[in-house]
Amino acid sequence: MTALLPRRGLAQILALIVILAVDRVVSPQFFDLRLQDGRLFGSLIDVLNRGTPVALLSLGMVLVIATRGIDLSVGAVMAISGAIAASLADTHSLAVVLAAALGAGLICGLWNGFLVAVLGMQPIVATLILMVAGRGIAQLITEGRIVTFSSPDLVWLGNGSILGLPVPVAIALGMLILTGAVVRGSALGLLIEATGGNARASELAGVGTRAMILAVYVWCGVCAALAGVIAAADIMGADANNAGLWLELDAILAVVIGGTSLFGGRFSLVLAVLGALIIQTMNTGILLSGYPPEFNLLVKAVVVLAVLLLQSPKLSGFAGVVTRLRRTKA
Amino acid sequence: MENSPDSAASLLEVRGISKSFGAVRALQEVDFTLRAGEIHALLGENGAGKSTLIKVITGVFPRDAGIVRISGEEVAPRSAKAAVQAGIATVYQEVNLLPNLSVAQNLFLDRQPMRFGIVREGEMRRRAKTLLADFGLDIDVAAPLGSYSVAVQHVTAIARAVDLSARVLILDEPTASLDRHEVEILFGIMRQLARRGIGIVFVSHFLDQVYEISDRITVLRNGRLVGERETASLSRLELIRMMLGRELAETTSARAAAGARKTREVCASFEGYGKAGYVAPFNLELRHGEVVGLAGLLGSGRTETARLVFGAERADRGQARVEGAPVRLQSPRDGVRHGFGYCPEERKTDGIVAELTVRENIVLALQAKRGLHRPLSRREQDEIASRYVKMLDIRPPDPERPVGLLSGGNQQKVLLARWLATSPRLLVLDEPTRGIDVGAHAEIIRLIRELCDDGLALLVISSELDEIVTYSDRVVVLRDRAHVEELTGEAIDVGNILAAIAADSVAVALEAHT
Repeated sequence: MTALLPRRGLAQILALIVILAVDRVVSPQFFDLRLQDGRLFGSLIDVLNRGTPVALLSLGMVLVIATRGIDLSVGAVMAISGAIAASLADTHSLAVVLAAALGAGLICGLWNGFLVAVLGMQPIVATLILMVAGRGIAQLITEGRIVTFSSPDLVWLGNGSILGLPVPVAIALGMLILTGAVVRGSALGLLIEATGGNARASELAGVGTRAMILAVYVWCGVCAALAGVIAAADIMGADANNAGLWLELDAILAVVIGGTSLFGGRFSLVLAVLGALIIQTMNTGILLSGYPPEFNLLVKAVVVLAVLLLQSPKLSGFAGVVTRLRRTKA
Repeated sequence: MENSPDSAASLLEVRGISKSFGAVRALQEVDFTLRAGEIHALLGENGAGKSTLIKVITGVFPRDAGIVRISGEEVAPRSAKAAVQAGIATVYQEVNLLPNLSVAQNLFLDRQPMRFGIVREGEMRRRAKTLLADFGLDIDVAAPLGSYSVAVQHVTAIARAVDLSARVLILDEPTASLDRHEVEILFGIMRQLARRGIGIVFVSHFLDQVYEISDRITVLRNGRLVGERETASLSRLELIRMMLGRELAETTSARAAAGARKTREVCASFEGYGKAGYVAPFNLELRHGEVVGLAGLLGSGRTETARLVFGAERADRGQARVEGAPVRLQSPRDGVRHGFGYCPEERKTDGIVAELTVRENIVLALQAKRGLHRPLSRREQDEIASRYVKMLDIRPPDPERPVGLLSGGNQQKVLLARWLATSPRLLVLDEPTRGIDVGAHAEIIRLIRELCDDGLALLVISSELDEIVTYSDRVVVLRDRAHVEELTGEAIDVGNILAAIAADSVAVALEAHT
């Protein structure tokens, strides 16, 4: 379970602390928490709550990226699952709604995995297909309208609370623990890292690299579908045009901030989620500061650059090691 | 500028070139002389230093020592472009042109005829047409280069190189993807260029072609110059001995004598096993406690045999048996399941997972064999890793170090450990001692013997004939993707192996000319 704990997470933790400190300066009540009707309220809780969709996406994305892949379709998958959940919410039980929405995510993941693992397509192109088509599918499901619902069960999923925590946060936490237990409790983690690190060598060592790749895309699809349901439950409706729009980029960013290389190999679930929280802490901070939201994008870019520089091999004395590796390769 | 081919003026002189990559000495004081108007073959097995020498001459790699002269004038190109300016042009096996541009554009890339800042397409095509006509090519020069065969692309690359006023033309494996007819065309062009006084370096592992086209031959082995000979006065046997074996090293197998007495149980057998266009069907029996060596030149089908045996490549005919029972080997997973292990030749691309630790690399195959749901606990992993680190003396003895930071010899040991951890019945080792320093070399050979004494069946490929002779109980000789001879017992010596390889080369040469 070692990789579940931040081993190399110093840069990320420092970044989070700095951003939290800045948030405290721009908004003195940032760390205030109060308990109301059995639920915690406050900016910190807001960060967690708002950060949930990207955190869920990054849980799947980090595994995909660890195999040297990428999944651009997660935003579109969110739109599909949100549309399905919203359409079924008032007529079916929560179990059916969840099964249908998550099932759709699973099928989307299978499709991506099939294109990449079986047909050998480049991941960025393969998932681009569903990124484009998926939003169209979602619009077909909602027939171009914004579908609203009032099912209290589904609304609870977005706005309720468990043990003082918002339900989405509890779900994200649960998924982190579940994913960690599956990935690190079985041999999956090692085999995924080996596949991403060197697919040819892993194949020759007897690793079922195709099965690994298929599995991570499926899991990524399921995580995206869950994020889509939560996003729909949050606004009590599904907007096929805007649900999850551009969130694939935030998810990729979260993974990269979490120190997982786009070249595959080593990954950390916890740090990817931490990456998602860093992004959200920034967003919330800027909103609270009263600066125009346009600043958000600029500040985000600067912070991302800072975190990446901190991790940059040339800056952390890794330089010698890398050059040595290159030399022996040549 | 008419130089007659027999004028002995040396066009390109290379003296005392050395080049190291880290601890690996790729070239050691290599000399090479190319005369104007000659076709000079540069030969050697994989890792002999041919590519490195070319890259040093053309400035792709900086050299550690030595000088390069062209027509007596010292040159030190720092890039391929500078080399072209100095008069050295190289055409690689993979043509370095742009398939999406037209033939004419490729020929005049970077130096298009211009007027008022606009490319004169008509003029360019006319000149391209004339240029290619010199090479016997009459094609539509406006069509994209990629729409033509590899042969035409090669000729285009050569035409461009020659037109850039090249005096030295280096052709690196130009015939590898050409058919017989295309090779003839290329050879015609090479002869024509040589008559014009251009010196041509021809790198190839097709010995028949070398004998057909070259005037002289230079052989490299393990980064050193073995010698330079006139092609006409060098026999095939002699040439192969230069490429593969130490001269007169007539080691005999100590194991062979002992091994011949005992009959051992068959571990795995292959009957009529093969794949069309890959390796001709072969029969092979691998017995417990026995080392079978695979000998042959580069491209003779050694690695292909190894991959079929392990299951990395699917056979389309024949029957494989493990301990007498018929099995199907469709993938490496099948091979692993039946207790096979395979250390590939290309350690870095096919063997290690560089960023993972020594421990993770060692347990990888065992974990893959056990399956996802039966993970090795961290304690089990630590135990396995430290056992093999100690047993194989892997240095530094730190299981948590990324394996990419280890030396070649230690990486090889990690790969051996990976398979030993799966308690295999058969190990296939492809060039287990390549690129390894001398100390580790001896150790790997000692390990091969020990493993064999423990009852493992081993199939070992090596270009080092001395080495094969030292540890093999039987030696299978290959040429042109077929198994041609099996030597056992007393018959295993360097001379017999060389004779088997050379005899067959002669036979092939005869076939090709009738």
